[in-house]
Amino acid sequence: MRTLYAIYRKEMGHYFVSPIAYAVVGVFLVISGFFFYQILVIYIEQSFQATMQMARFGSAPDMDVPGLVNRNFFGLLGTVALFVVPMLTMGLYAEEKKRGTMELLLTSPLRDVHVVLGKFLASLSLFAIMLLPTLTYQLVLFLKSEPLPPWRLVLVGYGGVLLLGAVLIALGSFISSLTESQIIAAVATFGTFLLLWVIDIGGRGSGTRTGEVLQYLSILRHYDEFTRGVVDTTSLVFYGSLVVLGVFLTLRSLDAMRWRGA
Amino acid sequence: MIEVQNLSKSYGTVTAVDRISFTVQKGEILGFLGPNGAGKTTTMRVLTGYLPASSGTARVAGFDVFDQSLEVRRRIGYLPENPPLYTDMTVEGYLDFVARIKDVPPERRRARVERAMEMTNIPDKRGDLIKHLSRGYKQRVGLAQALVHDPEVIILDEPTVGLDPKQIIEVRHLIKSLAGSHTIILSTHILPEVSMTCDRVVIINKGRIAAVDTVANLQAQLRGTNRIHMEVRGEGKKVRQALQGIAGVWQVSVDSPATGGDGRLSLTVETEPGRDLRSLLAATVVGAGWELFELRSASVSLEEIFLQLTTEEPSGREPGR
Repeated sequence: MRTLYAIYRKEMGHYFVSPIAYAVVGVFLVISGFFFYQILVIYIEQSFQATMQMARFGSAPDMDVPGLVNRNFFGLLGTVALFVVPMLTMGLYAEEKKRGTMELLLTSPLRDVHVVLGKFLASLSLFAIMLLPTLTYQLVLFLKSEPLPPWRLVLVGYGGVLLLGAVLIALGSFISSLTESQIIAAVATFGTFLLLWVIDIGGRGSGTRTGEVLQYLSILRHYDEFTRGVVDTTSLVFYGSLVVLGVFLTLRSLDAMRWRGA
Repeated sequence: MIEVQNLSKSYGTVTAVDRISFTVQKGEILGFLGPNGAGKTTTMRVLTGYLPASSGTARVAGFDVFDQSLEVRRRIGYLPENPPLYTDMTVEGYLDFVARIKDVPPERRRARVERAMEMTNIPDKRGDLIKHLSRGYKQRVGLAQALVHDPEVIILDEPTVGLDPKQIIEVRHLIKSLAGSHTIILSTHILPEVSMTCDRVVIINKGRIAAVDTVANLQAQLRGTNRIHMEVRGEGKKVRQALQGIAGVWQVSVDSPATGGDGRLSLTVETEPGRDLRSLLAATVVGAGWELFELRSASVSLEEIFLQLTTEEPSGREPGR
């Protein structure tokens, strides 16, 4: 456990000593802030129009502005995560292999699982830290909404983003462990994410068995449930399995490094 | 402390290490000598648990390096060829991290880091980022890393590469001072290094052990005599008798009866050390009416032994043992 913490600490230090953390968090906040603002403006305008229509015709559906804003905002966070996570995970193993420090880790009295989990948790922490400032956006919604938006929806939304992040980080770690080049790791990771994102396109609406399976495999389709505030066991199991799979594959990959002497 | 038996390691079809066996006693410094690509690094990697052996066994402190890898790794300090440094850490931060992953108890960590820095003479660099250090300092940080958890066994792969002469001397002193309380294996392709620091030498070439002996033995064996190589055309027996008759000549041996097939003899003459008998030998041969084709000193230095042992020889001469 102590050694797991040592790895975690080292990775966090690395993120914040090198400019990676600042660059990634900075870019993420600019993008998410910009989109939050845009989404907010669009729905406020729409609700104005709806109110005016209501005044004129007397009947219009009530609009849940904070709910709609958050649904779109969380949807967007998921998409941005696909772009950001490869940058967090590309160096996790590739850099160690290139520098020769993998040899230090593999000849130290560390269990492989401590190395893998330490790195995984460090990336996930940075991902969470990256999300932290977006809570101020929620503050805006809470301060200005009447009645208050249900906080459960927000909680589920953030939970969903974190779960999605965990899945992406687990898969990204594995890909990073396959190569010595951070660039290759980043490109391959991003490609994999894109594929898992759009994998359901072919099967959409086809109604076939294959179509259903492909839809099930799309990571963002499950994510949709969370943005709507729905905690679906299917999605939890799917994400949970992907995290376990990613961690397991990374462990196998470390083992393979020993045999090949990478 | 370290027992290696019939250890082999192959990468695909390439055999890097071929059935080597040796042992290292507690407190001993063993030198691994061989040209680049001889299998030194591979052997060390097997011992540190970084690579699994293809066959054979290796035990460190009584633990099998494969089956009880964690126990072995706990007891080993290892400096690979390229020091495994996190260049964006400070020296102290890095050593602290290494102490953590080597499972040094928290209460002893500070003291151990401090001690490792003192031993390698880098306390004044503690706050420097490793990337700003010179090659020599990086090497020393790498060495400190191998010592920080006070391991029983220290394995150093080319520890003096990239250091300037003064630093090389310092590092050699450090290594010598560690002997006794630690068991050390170091690899090198620099001969004087072996004679200066090691108790025993394993000469390894093409994955096989060419010789294992103490440095003193290897050298004594070679320094004790002067050898002169001659090529003479004449009758073997008579030539030998004539040469043997010269004062100071200890032994004359005919290496091969004829090289060119025209009656030339290839002779090795061992003489008393400290006397140069070459002109006398020449005079004797010529005076007796034989033809002298070649006459040269063939005293063997450690370098030559090394070359002899590590370059392939068609005749398969028995290595000095």
